[in-house]
Amino acid sequence: MASLITCPHCGTRPKEEFTIRGDAAPRRPGSADRDEAWYAYVYIRDNPKGRILEYWHHAGGCRRWLVVDRDNLTHEVFGVVDAADFQRTEAAE
Amino acid sequence: MRYSAYSIIKQALSGNRLWQPAWREPEPKPHYDVIIVGGGGHGLSTAYYLAKEFGITNVAVLEKGYIGSGNVGRNTTIIRSNYLLEGNNPFYELSLQLWEGLEQDFNYNAMVSQRGVMNLFHSDGQRDAYARRGNGMRMHGVDAELLDREQVRRMMPYLNFDHARFPILGGLYQPRGGTVRHDAVAWGYARGANQRGVDVIQHCEVTGIRRENGRVVGVETNRGFIGCGKLALAAAGNTTTVGRMADLDLPIETHVLQAFVSEGLKPAIDNVITYGAGHFYISQSDKGGLVFGAELDFYSSYAQRGNLQTVEHTLEEGVTMIPGLSRAKVLRAWGGVMDMSMDGSPIIDRTPIDNLYLNCGWCYGGFKATPASGFCFAHLLAKDEPHHVARFLRLDRFERGYMIDESGKGPQPNLH
Ligand SMILES: Cc1cc2nc3c(=O)[nH]c(=O)nc-3n(C[C@H](O)[C@H](O)[C@H](O)COP(=O)(O)OP(=O)(O)OC[C@H]3O[C@@H](n4cnc5c(N)ncnc54)[C@H](O)[C@@H]3O)c2cc1C
Ligand SMILES: [Zn+2]
Repeated sequence: MASLITCPHCGTRPKEEFTIRGDAAPRRPGSADRDEAWYAYVYIRDNPKGRILEYWHHAGGCRRWLVVDRDNLTHEVFGVVDAADFQRTEAAE
Repeated sequence: MRYSAYSIIKQALSGNRLWQPAWREPEPKPHYDVIIVGGGGHGLSTAYYLAKEFGITNVAVLEKGYIGSGNVGRNTTIIRSNYLLEGNNPFYELSLQLWEGLEQDFNYNAMVSQRGVMNLFHSDGQRDAYARRGNGMRMHGVDAELLDREQVRRMMPYLNFDHARFPILGGLYQPRGGTVRHDAVAWGYARGANQRGVDVIQHCEVTGIRRENGRVVGVETNRGFIGCGKLALAAAGNTTTVGRMADLDLPIETHVLQAFVSEGLKPAIDNVITYGAGHFYISQSDKGGLVFGAELDFYSSYAQRGNLQTVEHTLEEGVTMIPGLSRAKVLRAWGGVMDMSMDGSPIIDRTPIDNLYLNCGWCYGGFKATPASGFCFAHLLAKDEPHHVARFLRLDRFERGYMIDESGKGPQPNLH
């Protein structure tokens, strides 16, 4: 139910300790990229039904940005990683 | 059958055996001039005004569940037109004016109750912001009154005026705001559309949009293919799912909002009250239940049910505003999935596909918009040009930089 989130740094904590930024899928374009790329990044969302990745901030704990792997229909949580690790993996791919 | 005092007496004398169903249960025809996807408030009101105002009656409303099963039957029923921005205010004011005549217009008791909406403020800065909004409203010819603390106290003595962190300094009051019985709105529009020849087809889920040469020719459904001249989407929280069937890229995210109702109590809360230090809002239904809600669950969700944390947060806010609430028992809580847009304002527009039309982005304020949304969407469908009060509600406004960001929160859908 996403009432408990297992932070990679702090362990299992109640949802109340976190604030949610939203969809982690959009990739920030380069500053010189065309307006269309920026428009898509800022405003357009895939908004899928099912499993999604989301940025959460552990505001009431380690204050790290995290990426939560979650199902938005069942609210089941599959995993949580530090956002820096997430971005390194993304960059490597 | 026309409903009237006479019809009620006549039915009563005949033991209420002669009532007819309020709408037919037709089989889908092979082709319609206009198909509307979504039998919520907006889809049904669109069909009603298409038939009544624009004479377009070869219309079907396709609803995957039953009429009223979506947000139109899940909201906290508040109507108002206390918006600041030019893109919003005249549109919502048209809606309020349509609410004022709606029951006579569609001959159905929707229990429109203009009991007044009070927005409380708690700091000097917030008072200034509310004064500005009230002035904006009055410049548009909309009723607004800035009340001080004692004026609010006379109306609502049970509020927590002396809270140490969030004292109540006054309120912005719109006397013409209020509540409407939400499912009667769905039923009234469905009945009115049906009477004018519209097919309201329940349990008919659209699963695909068929296109030929860049135009929509019809929809695939669980009851077979249905052809159409124009296709109108009004699927609220499922807008992205339906839009994807036509490859639309949309500035929409789906989020869950919860609502609550208490046990029935004696009349206590006469108006609609919103808390300015959070986002709590409350009214009392004619049955006596306190109807209230607060913020989104803050994460994207298609679940139509919410998280316990939000339940706790809502009740904390409620008890902070009205300490006596702690004595009331909550009977039920539920959730609805809404189409949060990137600036918090709706979209009523054409799409890159010539005969595909879009109505979405209602966030959690779309119930009050039901009449104007249907009216303006019908106008767009019939005339291929926007109704003048809806001319700002464009799909491409994000790309052009003309956001209508009433709360100034930026492209962050969970905050609108
Ligand atoms: C808890 C809660 C409180 C709210 N409070 C307020 C309030 O106080 N004031 C206010 O103004 N607004 C409020 N709202 C917002 C308001 O209810 C919505 O913005 C509005 O109802 C959305 O428009 P609708 O009525 O057409 O949506 P819906 O009733 O959700 O209609 C959309 C319909 O489309 C159907 N559909 C979806 N996909 C398909 C498909 N593929 N095929 C066929 N049919 C499909 C759905 O089943 C649904 O019935 C609230 C919402 C919620 C959930
Ligand atoms: Zn942590």
